[in-house]
Amino acid sequence: MTESKEHIISVEKLSIGYKSKVVTTSIDFSLERGILCGIVGINGIGKSTLLRTLGRFQPKLGGTIMLKQKKLEDHSQPQLAKELSVVLTEQPASKNLTVQELIALGRQPYTNWIGGLSQKDKEHVQHSLDAFLLNDLRSSKCHELSDGQLQRVLIARAMAQDTPLILLDEPTTHLDLYHKAQILKMLQQLAHQNQKTIVFTSHEIDLAIQLCDKILILDGMDNPFGEPCDLIEQRHFERLFPSDMVQFDTKTGTFKVNK
Amino acid sequence: MVSTKSYRFSFLLIFIALMLSWLLNISSGSVNIPFDKTLSLLFGGQIEVESWQYIIWNFRIPKAFTSVLVGGGLALSGLLMQTLFRNPLAGPFVLGISSGASLGAALLLMGISLFSGFTSLTILGDASLAIAASIGSFLVLLVVMLVAQRIKDTMALLIIGLMFGSITSAIVSVLAYFSSAENLQRFIFWSFGSVGNLSNQQVLLLSAIVFLGVLLSILSIKSLNAYLLGEHYAQSLGVSLRKSRLMVIIATGLLAGGITAFAGPIAFVGLAVPHLTRQIFDTMEHRILIPAVFLYGAILMLLCDTLAQLPNSASVLPINAITSLVGAPVVIWLLVRKRKMIF
Repeated sequence: MTESKEHIISVEKLSIGYKSKVVTTSIDFSLERGILCGIVGINGIGKSTLLRTLGRFQPKLGGTIMLKQKKLEDHSQPQLAKELSVVLTEQPASKNLTVQELIALGRQPYTNWIGGLSQKDKEHVQHSLDAFLLNDLRSSKCHELSDGQLQRVLIARAMAQDTPLILLDEPTTHLDLYHKAQILKMLQQLAHQNQKTIVFTSHEIDLAIQLCDKILILDGMDNPFGEPCDLIEQRHFERLFPSDMVQFDTKTGTFKVNK
Repeated sequence: MVSTKSYRFSFLLIFIALMLSWLLNISSGSVNIPFDKTLSLLFGGQIEVESWQYIIWNFRIPKAFTSVLVGGGLALSGLLMQTLFRNPLAGPFVLGISSGASLGAALLLMGISLFSGFTSLTILGDASLAIAASIGSFLVLLVVMLVAQRIKDTMALLIIGLMFGSITSAIVSVLAYFSSAENLQRFIFWSFGSVGNLSNQQVLLLSAIVFLGVLLSILSIKSLNAYLLGEHYAQSLGVSLRKSRLMVIIATGLLAGGITAFAGPIAFVGLAVPHLTRQIFDTMEHRILIPAVFLYGAILMLLCDTLAQLPNSASVLPINAITSLVGAPVVIWLLVRKRKMIF
């Protein structure tokens, strides 16, 4: 197995949910280095639950999650921080941080006991600022930023954490179409240029089809996973929503509202 | 985190301010000692009036030192609470931690004699009051923490803190009703707050407690900075939530509990000082904030104590009243000016 074909994360027969309620079962997928993968599905199907389970914020109910050939639950907390970074839907608790300070927090897994930044840490912060076009905003406080800018800062922080796997929960909500496309485009670049494996949940199926290398459709049944064009051919998107409201157009890869 | 600015100048400024307020504090009191005499004494000179010398060395300097410990420690505990709960309104008083300390002290000062028939308090050492108050504040802090994990709403948390305050004062009232006049008086005087009247041993013990609290805070700097992003983010950065939370709680309990035990419940320093500090040090980096908040709290306490001494008069006002008179308007001003205290 060559380095590029190494599976960063592989999930088998995973079931997720809470003690009292199973949300989704039989989720299977695996991702190599440098892949951008979207998770789509209707509201309440368990996209965020899956992401929280992968990020180890909540325990899985069954199945296995292998992160770099090692069970997810066997990683120690500090070790996990070097393998996996997250961008969550919750806002940072303090918006009084500057952009640069917030991104630099991503370097915590590598810094000494008091959090001092080495030359290498500073370089990583600078790369992240550059990659997400944040140089001009570096000294701005987070409460001064627009939603799109803040989202870029949070993703830049995850990039500065320098982990092979990045998980993002709905990174494009609250953004207009332009900024949705911008964020996803930047994620695609990050995945392909920096060889990061990126998994995000989204409602933007149209955009995901255009930009993702792989898509996982959570439909509550067999949860198909594959390349977007294969999934379109196999007519999986058509079954995603009840057909009384929207129809999937296989030719354009978009949804149309029923007239 | 990177400090984008250097705060050396601000630190220099605040350090000079501390020195000045320390001198002001030492040179004023019920006995009028001229300022130049005080200075010459401090710099190794002799002054003719022996009683002045005695007053300064044995009364005013320990009192000023206690003020520094009390103000700095309380302010630091406020900062820790605000970061731990990620709430700008948190502080040892608001969350009921000082009430917990009061309850511990009240149970010791009034309760024990009530239930066990001891009438003399001399058998109770200095340490026991500190321990009782610290345990009281720890317990309240733990309960608040447990509630905080279930209830994410910060407003609810503050109301729970207030309720703890009510419960405490109710229990204290009941104790007071059955307590002897002597013990009651002791408790009342304690609750006025005072940074004077501490024996050298007590000052030493307080120093040790504050030192330990500061040390734990310094060891928590990295996780405190991570907490600024929220608990989930902190966890994803490799912070062990349970361990770091416990460390911050112990630090706060030691600081707020220990100080309340010796100096009485002193309001508003913990809540107001971190906000005042951020007016000068516009950062969230705890490596900067911890020393800055400590120094600022010390300055405020020295000034409040100077006021409480009512220079050149024999009366001493309760320090708790002074800090409230100074602190409450400051908090209101901050709220009005900034609309929302940005955390």
